[in-house]
Amino acid sequence: MSSPCRNPERHAAATRLLPFALVAVLAVAANNASAQQDTAPDAQHGPNEIAVTGLFPNGGAPPPQDPIGARFEGNKPAIAAGMELFGQMNCTGCHFNGGGGMGPALMSGHWRYGGRIDQIYASIAQGRPNGMPSWQDVLQPQQMWELAAYVKSMATSASSSASQTAVPSTSVKP
Amino acid sequence: MMTIPISQSVRRYQVTRLTAFIGPFRWLRLLLTGASLLLYPALAAAQIPTVPASAAPSEDGQWTMPAKNYAATRYSALDEINGANVGKLQVAFAFSTGVDHGQEAAPIVANNTMFIVTPYPNNVFALDLTKPGAPIKWSYQPHPAAASQGVACCDVVNRGAAYSDGKLFFNTLDDNTIALDAETGKVLWKTNLGDINTGETITMAPLVVKGKVLVGDSGGELGVRGWLAALDATTGKILWRAYATGPDKDVLIGPGFRSFYPSDNGTDLGVKSWPTDAWKTGGGTMWGWIAYDPDLNLIYYGTGNPGPWNQEQRPGDNKWTTTLFARNPDTGAAKWALQYNPHDEHDYDGINEQILVDMNVDGSPRKVLLHPDRNGHLYVVDRESGEIVSAKPYGHVNSVLSIDLKTGRPVMNPDKLTKVGTVVHDICPTASGLKDWNPSAFSPSTGLMYIPHENLCMDWKSRPVSYIAGTPFVGAEVVSKAGPGGNRGEFTAWDPVEGKAVWTIKEDLPLWSGAMATAGGLVFYGTMDGWFKAVDAKTGELKWQFKTGSGIIGQPIAYRGPDGHEYVAILSGVGGWAGAVVSGDLDPRDPTGALGMNGVMADLKTKTAPGGTLYVFALPKS
Repeated sequence: MSSPCRNPERHAAATRLLPFALVAVLAVAANNASAQQDTAPDAQHGPNEIAVTGLFPNGGAPPPQDPIGARFEGNKPAIAAGMELFGQMNCTGCHFNGGGGMGPALMSGHWRYGGRIDQIYASIAQGRPNGMPSWQDVLQPQQMWELAAYVKSMATSASSSASQTAVPSTSVKP
Repeated sequence: MMTIPISQSVRRYQVTRLTAFIGPFRWLRLLLTGASLLLYPALAAAQIPTVPASAAPSEDGQWTMPAKNYAATRYSALDEINGANVGKLQVAFAFSTGVDHGQEAAPIVANNTMFIVTPYPNNVFALDLTKPGAPIKWSYQPHPAAASQGVACCDVVNRGAAYSDGKLFFNTLDDNTIALDAETGKVLWKTNLGDINTGETITMAPLVVKGKVLVGDSGGELGVRGWLAALDATTGKILWRAYATGPDKDVLIGPGFRSFYPSDNGTDLGVKSWPTDAWKTGGGTMWGWIAYDPDLNLIYYGTGNPGPWNQEQRPGDNKWTTTLFARNPDTGAAKWALQYNPHDEHDYDGINEQILVDMNVDGSPRKVLLHPDRNGHLYVVDRESGEIVSAKPYGHVNSVLSIDLKTGRPVMNPDKLTKVGTVVHDICPTASGLKDWNPSAFSPSTGLMYIPHENLCMDWKSRPVSYIAGTPFVGAEVVSKAGPGGNRGEFTAWDPVEGKAVWTIKEDLPLWSGAMATAGGLVFYGTMDGWFKAVDAKTGELKWQFKTGSGIIGQPIAYRGPDGHEYVAILSGVGGWAGAVVSGDLDPRDPTGALGMNGVMADLKTKTAPGGTLYVFALPKS
C-alpha cells in the first residue's frame, strides 16, 4: 500500500535532482567523457541526495544515483587524480592501498556506509562517526568525486584478484 | 644431592659480598666461582641479579599495577602452581568483556577484587573474587568519543588500569584520565589531557608514584608531540608535563640535567636537532612503560618514534624521540637522557619496558635497568648515570650493526638505511621491532629475563608526506615478512649477566602478549592463535597449554584468591598492530595495510577470530 506521503516525497526528490540531471546530460553530450575516458569530468556539486542505509520503511526506496557520479565512476583520468589526492591527503595513512589499517579496508567490497560512488563521496565529505574525518571544508567537490572514483576503483579491481586468504610472504634469508 | 640448610637468597648474598670484595682479583674470583660450582651447583646462581627491594616489595598476593611492581618484574612469588602440578590447571571462571578488539590490558587485583579495562570504549569491570564465579561488583562506562577510533594507529587498545590507595586509575582513548572509587566505581575525577583532533590518543596504563598518576600520549604516526604528565592522584590536577620535543623548559631539562654521553647534552636539543618547527609535529609519544626506583627517586621511561617515518623530512638527531629519560617524579625534572636511536629511520620506538635489577658488572655491583629495544638490542643501563653497560642483540638484527658503548649510539648498517623513492629490502627487525610493547618478565629465582618477541623483517620505501593535523603523518610504505627461519615469533630466556640467550622457543606467529614468571618455576605467555602456555623457567619445556577463545595479546598475572589459593589470569582477544588484520577485518591482499603488517599476518584470519574474554585458571579443589 502506498502511503499518502510517498508520492510527494518522490516528486520533491526528482525536482531537486532535475537540474543536476540536465547538467549531466549536457556534459556527456559535450565531451562524451564517460565513453572516451581520456578527460576528467567536471563537478561543482556533491550528490544531491544519498542514503547510508538499506532500510526504507513503508515501501520506500533508495534515492536514485546521482548522475554526476556515473561520470566519475570508472573514468581513468578521475581515478588517477583521485589516487594522487589519496596520497596527498594522507588517506593512505589509514586505508593504505585499500587493505586498511587505522581505517577500514576499501578493496574488500564490503562497505559500512554504502559502496555506491555517491555514497563514498558522502562518506568523504561528511565523515563518519567511528573515525572517518569530514573533508568537505578542505576539498572541493571535484576533488572528492575524484577520490570517490579512486576508492570505488579499488574494490572493483580487487574483486578480480585472488581470494582474501593469502599466505604470509616468504621469510628473509639469514 | 646434599641440601644446605640456608636459603638460596642468603647464599647468594654471601657470595655476592665475597666476589665484590675480591673484585680486582679477577683470576681469584673465577677460581672461587669455579670451586663453588663444583661444590654446590646451586651456587651457580651466585651472580644472578637481584631486584631492589624498595621497588619490589614482598609478595602480598595482589597485582595492583600491570608490571606487578615498580621494578616491573612481572614476577609472582606464589608457588602453589608449579611444574609438578601445572598440568592439572583448569578454568576457574571466565568473563566476557563485551568488546572484541585487541585485549592488551593486564587484569588488576586488589582487595579481593579484579579490575578490567577493555579496549575502546574503555569500559571498566570490577569482579568480586569473594563470590562464586566472581560476579560483577560494579561497572563503569566512560563513553569516549567514537571518533577517537579513527586516530588510533594500531587497533583501539588499552594496556590496563592501576590501583593505588583505594582508587582505580585508567585512561580513555579520547585523552582522559579517570579516577574511580575502587569500592563503588564512582567517578572521583576526570582530567582531559589532549585533543583527538590533533591525532592524540591515550592507550598506555598509568603508573602511580608518590601520589601522582603518570600518563603519556599516543599518536607517533600522526605527528603528535609526545609528553608524560603527572596528575595529582587525589584531585586529578596536572602537576607537571614533560614534553619529548621542543625547548628545554618544555622538556623539563634544567640545571640538574647531565647525561652520560656527549650527544645527549646541550641546550634546547629538542629544537636544534630538528628542521625549523619540525619538533612541533615530531612525535616522541609515551605509550609504553614506566619503572620507578624509590631509592634513587627516579622514574624511567622511553619515548616513541619521530614523525614522520620518512626520515629525509627531518635531518638531525630528532631529540628527544626514542629516548630513555630518568626523571624526578616530584617535579618531572630530567636527570639524564639516553637517545637509543638518534634520527630513527625504522620506527624503532623506545617505549618498551625497563626492568630494574642490581647486578655485578665486571665484579662491581651496579644498579641497572634491562631494556629490550625495538632496535633488537638488550640494553643494560646504569640507573644512576645513564651509561650503557652492555647492549647485545637478542634476535636477528641487520639494521643496527652494534651499539657503540663509547658514544651510546647505534652503528647503523648503511645498506639498511631508508630513502625516498627506493625500496630497501629485508631490513631486520621490522618497524614494530624485534619486540614491540608486550612486556618481558624477570625471575629473581632463575636470574633470567623472559622476552616475548617477534622475528620479522621488512621492505621499506619512503615518500614525501604533508602534515595535516589529525591525519597520519607517516610517509613510508612498508611490507613486513617473516625473519630467518620463517618463525614470526620467539620467546627468549635471556641471561642479563652473560648477555646471551639461554633458550629460545620458536613460535609461528609473532608474540604480542606479555610474559609472567612465578616462584613455581613457570613462565606464562600467550600466542596470537589463542594458546595460553606455561613453560619451565629453567629449560623452556612446555608444561601446560590451554586454547582460549581468541588470540592472546594480553598480560598474564597471578594472584592469591580469598580462598588462599593461587590463580593465573589472562585476557584473550586478538588485535593490536599485529592482529589488526583480524580485529579490524582488514584485507590482507594489500600487504602494505596496517603499516605493513597486513601481508605477513594474512593467515591469522584462518587461525583465530575477534574476541574479548577473561580466563582465570586454578588447580582443581582437592
